[in-house]
Amino acid sequence: MTAPHAAPSTHMPSSAEPDDFKTELLGLVPFLRAFARSLCGSHEGADDLAQEALVKAWQSRDSFVPGTNLKAWLFTILRNQFYSDRRRAWRQAPWDQEAAERIPGGGQDQGWSAELSDTARALRALTDEQREALILVGAGGFSYEDAAEICNCAVGTVKSRVARARKALIAILDGDEALPQSDRPPEGEAAREIMAQLDRLAPPDGPDAARKRRKGTDE
Amino acid sequence: MSKENPNREKARAIRARQRVIGRELRRIFDAVAQEPVPDEFLDLLRKMDAQGEPGKKSS
Repeated sequence: MTAPHAAPSTHMPSSAEPDDFKTELLGLVPFLRAFARSLCGSHEGADDLAQEALVKAWQSRDSFVPGTNLKAWLFTILRNQFYSDRRRAWRQAPWDQEAAERIPGGGQDQGWSAELSDTARALRALTDEQREALILVGAGGFSYEDAAEICNCAVGTVKSRVARARKALIAILDGDEALPQSDRPPEGEAAREIMAQLDRLAPPDGPDAARKRRKGTDE
Repeated sequence: MSKENPNREKARAIRARQRVIGRELRRIFDAVAQEPVPDEFLDLLRKMDAQGEPGKKSS
């Protein structure tokens, strides 16, 4: 029960000294965990994934170019690890994944936040590509360029994924599409809270308008 | 361009929603990022320390 803190009070020179490198890695662990959680969609597995990525980063530290974006480099490793783990899991147990997804609730789907908001749940309805792009740019603070590098695609592709992800989230939150886990009771509190927020900031134009809007702009 | 232009209204409403969603995304992300780092991570890094060399995953 050491009460660890993300960034020990040390200067962060970006030299290639192993100690400095490790210090920087340590400082990035919180973000690595958050990104892992967003990819996995659950606590379970996310920390394992983040640890794997950390080990891999350490093993590949020679390939990191000092002065470049360590966070982006680390996220790239995590993302690659995520997809290769998943491919392997699918090969080994093709039906497990599906079975796991059918399990209702069960803590498994507690998303990446204990108090699971509608937004968090709506994220699950996006494609992997849209979700990761949106997370990187919208929450992780990455530029489109960095996100493109992490996702190994063109900058324009990231831009359009983010745009589509945003549009899809709005459509979902407006109730145009069923949220995943619709068999679970709606999270009343969270739903009310975010809807209230939305209404406060965006003058309510009603679900009809939302539907029309969507029909008009999204074919 | 009049202010009542419905397209502009819509665009503004959408932008406002996107801002809210953006904030919510960051809130969710930051909530995880602000959790204390679990001991396993520190152990892992300590092991790297001890070895100085890349080690195998411990668990």
